[in-house]
Amino acid sequence: MPRKGRKRVLLYALAHARSGDKGDTANVGLIARTPEDYPLLVREVTAARVARHFRGMITGPVERYELPNLHALNFLLHGALDGGGTVSLKTDAQGKVFSTALLRMAVRVPR
Amino acid sequence: MTDAVRIAAGQGFWGDWLEAPYRQVTGGPIDYLMMDYLAEVTMSIMQKQKSRDPGLGYAKDFVPSMERLLPVLTERRVKVTSNAGGVNPRACAEAVAATARTLGLSGKLTIGIVTGDELLGRLDELLAGGQALHNLDTARPLSDVRDRVLSANAYLGAAPVALALQRGADIVITGRVTDTGLTLGPMMHAFGWRADAWDRLAAGTVAGHIIECGAQASGGNCLIDWQRIPDLANVGYPIVEAHADGTFDVTKHPGTGGRVSVAGVTEQLVYEMGNPAEYITPDCVADFTTIRLAERGKDRVRVSGVRGRPATDKLKVSLAYFYGYKAVGTLVYAWPDAYRKAQAADRVLRQRLKDLGLEFETILTEFVGVDATHGRLATAAGVSADIPEVQLRIGVRARDKAPVERFTREIAPLILNGPPSVTGFAGGRPKPEEIVAYWPALIDKREVQPCVELMRV
Repeated sequence: MPRKGRKRVLLYALAHARSGDKGDTANVGLIARTPEDYPLLVREVTAARVARHFRGMITGPVERYELPNLHALNFLLHGALDGGGTVSLKTDAQGKVFSTALLRMAVRVPR
Repeated sequence: MTDAVRIAAGQGFWGDWLEAPYRQVTGGPIDYLMMDYLAEVTMSIMQKQKSRDPGLGYAKDFVPSMERLLPVLTERRVKVTSNAGGVNPRACAEAVAATARTLGLSGKLTIGIVTGDELLGRLDELLAGGQALHNLDTARPLSDVRDRVLSANAYLGAAPVALALQRGADIVITGRVTDTGLTLGPMMHAFGWRADAWDRLAAGTVAGHIIECGAQASGGNCLIDWQRIPDLANVGYPIVEAHADGTFDVTKHPGTGGRVSVAGVTEQLVYEMGNPAEYITPDCVADFTTIRLAERGKDRVRVSGVRGRPATDKLKVSLAYFYGYKAVGTLVYAWPDAYRKAQAADRVLRQRLKDLGLEFETILTEFVGVDATHGRLATAAGVSADIPEVQLRIGVRARDKAPVERFTREIAPLILNGPPSVTGFAGGRPKPEEIVAYWPALIDKREVQPCVELMRV
């Protein structure tokens, strides 16, 4: 439940993203729409939260890297692509739209 | 600005827009045209072609593309760097040379050929010599799949590309050179960068990463503000305007569509990114957390501040091996209850596969229109019974061909003997497809000797 003075918004309102693949790992680069929102992304979009968001959809751990110079976070989602590349049976075998799946996450922002 | 060298991306992958290279060469002044053709498993496809015909094994599209471009390239003195050579750069060069001669360019063209990446014939010698070639993702030893390996190539860097240019090549055709090396090579050559000028090599690597996927850096596949990106039908592919100090601008030709912006370039920078502080290439280790971006006018982004560290003593190796078989079948279910019908059909099909005793490594069901791209995140709030249609997409994978073959015959019967309101089978029965899988590994650099030769047309 939202705490007082806070509201929940979709990450898509605060960030844009692009994703790709390396073998069975999908990467999602998450970029703040304005530099002012970058600290909020760092605080709210932790590796643990992203792992929870994708629970049941990926088989491995989530790693997070920070790129403060680009106001961006990079997530590695291991075991996300059913083997990846040519092995995968998924429509999104190369993780091209994992980015938008992350943007569905709800985060708390100041009202 | 007199020291600027303009490197234009003409091809982001094998299958990219055929018009792009021609538009890059004719749309304004450029010095180099960079054409990237190789993806992770492309080499194994080419190896297969070469085993059937020793004159094949390269990106065949490159030859007609050069036929169209060569007169303009020679007139405007634009040079080309491309990894179109695949597993047979020499045959590719010969085909381009033959085309050049028919265009009356004899005596006017030098082709540089970069080889030395090929390791397939040396695999056992390398394994015996202690190069274990463990899988970088799974840590498994290569002996697991040794008898099924179809291709093995080391990723070469920018240095042999620069050397070919220095020796006078107008067109450099390579085997498995890194995508970024095709952009960094011209910079090393033009500016005389030394092989240990780490910051500059890292800057050139970042430039290569930005333009290696073609229009993905200039408005294509760009999420931010996508509805307002102008005239994608006429999209301009990206151009790097590089300076000797390592700073560069990303831009595109005037009068073209698309957009070059800080936000769009940032999207491309994070594409296929691992640890951003350690972007490892044969040439250097680039630190993407040092990149500074600034808007410098319409469709122009300045990139500066890039720092790099010494290259490692390893090269990445891309191996491909035969894995097994897969097939994917689809059917479309219409309103009312489209999703429920598709789910019921999936249950029926799975029951029949089970009753037939077929064994698969994986059976994967997706409902296109419901959950194919976002999984349970898309269905958390429920799925409307009013959804107009749903595509059932079911795929299987197995080591043996027989169960996959049998699966392909179980889709069509569902049209008449499964849940109702089903259509969309016009494409016929799906075909079992051979799976050639990717095996990334590392090798000691000293085991690989890049080779540069020149062919005068």
